[in-house]
Amino acid sequence: MKRINCFLLTLFLTVFICDVSAQEEDLLSLVGSDDKPQKEFVNYSFKSSRVIMSHSMELIRPGVMDLRILHRFGNINKGAYEFFGLDNATMRLGFDFGLTKNLMAGIGRSTNKKEFDAFAKYRLIHQSKGPKSLPFSLLVTGGASLTSLKNTDTSQANYFSSRMGYYGQVIIGSKVSESFTLQFMPTIVHRNLVPTVDDPNDLLALGVGTRLKLSNRISLNVDYYYRFNQNPNDGTQNPLSIGFDIETGGHVFQLHFTNAVGMNEKVFLLETTNKWGKGDIQFGFNISRSFQIKKKKK
Amino acid sequence: MKKTLLLLTISFVLGSTLIAQEKYFTKSGKINFTSKASLENIEALNKSVTAVLDTKSGNLQFAVLMKGFEFEKALMQEHFNENYLESHKYPKAEFKGAVVNNGEINYAKDGTYKANVKGQLTIHGQTKPVETEGKIQVKNGKILADAVFGIALADYNVEIPKLVKDNIAKIVNIEVDCTLDPLK
Repeated sequence: MKRINCFLLTLFLTVFICDVSAQEEDLLSLVGSDDKPQKEFVNYSFKSSRVIMSHSMELIRPGVMDLRILHRFGNINKGAYEFFGLDNATMRLGFDFGLTKNLMAGIGRSTNKKEFDAFAKYRLIHQSKGPKSLPFSLLVTGGASLTSLKNTDTSQANYFSSRMGYYGQVIIGSKVSESFTLQFMPTIVHRNLVPTVDDPNDLLALGVGTRLKLSNRISLNVDYYYRFNQNPNDGTQNPLSIGFDIETGGHVFQLHFTNAVGMNEKVFLLETTNKWGKGDIQFGFNISRSFQIKKKKK
Repeated sequence: MKKTLLLLTISFVLGSTLIAQEKYFTKSGKINFTSKASLENIEALNKSVTAVLDTKSGNLQFAVLMKGFEFEKALMQEHFNENYLESHKYPKAEFKGAVVNNGEINYAKDGTYKANVKGQLTIHGQTKPVETEGKIQVKNGKILADAVFGIALADYNVEIPKLVKDNIAKIVNIEVDCTLDPLK
């Protein structure tokens, strides 16, 4: 009798436990959908591949071509006669290409000094989250520029190499939070020909670029360089740009104020003469339009 | 006392073994969505969908990582995550529901059955009831489940700016395709 009781009790308990489990709400926890946290790369640290004038720690994706049209108007403090600078404009037309996940390259042509430029940017470390992650990205970028302005100075020999300039840059940056990104850019610029003997051939500078997201589609960006060894008497200034990134469908508009006229590293680091303090600044905008030229494999 | 413990252990072991044979799961299910608008079609595929089906009760649950959706165009993927679904705030979409006509499905026998599924779908932090007719196919000890249904983006507070209103459909078509294995 006792045995049967035991058997019945076991049976009852078995059924009971089955039943309780069947009513269990969270089936997903059974397969551990939340088990191991996975390493995840941090993306979208900036809306585009540029902070404003500088390269950002973001790359365009492989297979994407980014058409970039950069405009800088004249000085705002020229007043109403010059329509606050809008009568004058310089521009750079450029094409950037996403080659691999970690490599992009681009070419451009600026009206300023009729300059051609080209660059490549490579990511060595990609910021990530989760196990074995690194909280920052590390990129290197290098570029060259060539001015095609006709030579009018006959007092000296004109070598082709005199037209060339080069820069190299390391970008260390971190998307600190969803809305805040900060990066530092130690930079070296080399030019073959300098205006005077007091001007260094190699200029060292440290840049800082940051983004503060104001909404999903708008962010505030600041881009600044401190230069270490420029000729103190050449009247050039440290370039500073402040502006907004506004994203619409396939475009990113970068509207900003800047004291830099040039739109490549050599020019904005070495030839910025306008002063923020005097209102010697320009309104400018960059338009970035992405085209997917190579479709992803399914 | 000892006996009671023994009994409890046996019950637990038996109980949980029985359950194990009733549940089916996958971690590599597929969910595809399509938006057909006048200016462009948008399509994305997620190949790492988690799904669990309790064949006894008919309870059915899905979990999807939003960042796992892959688009043809990189920019679409960025906008999907950054602007529309805000994947950093709402990393997952979940469905919790049941096969309403579970009694009509014989999971022990190979065959194709109609499955009416009803439940709560959570996307972008919003939970809404959904209902659809899908298909369950029992084959060689596996369960193949698929379904197609439409959801309105407005129901899930996905904001579409006026500028791109012709690029994104108001109703997005969702296709589910999962092969479930017995949960051991």
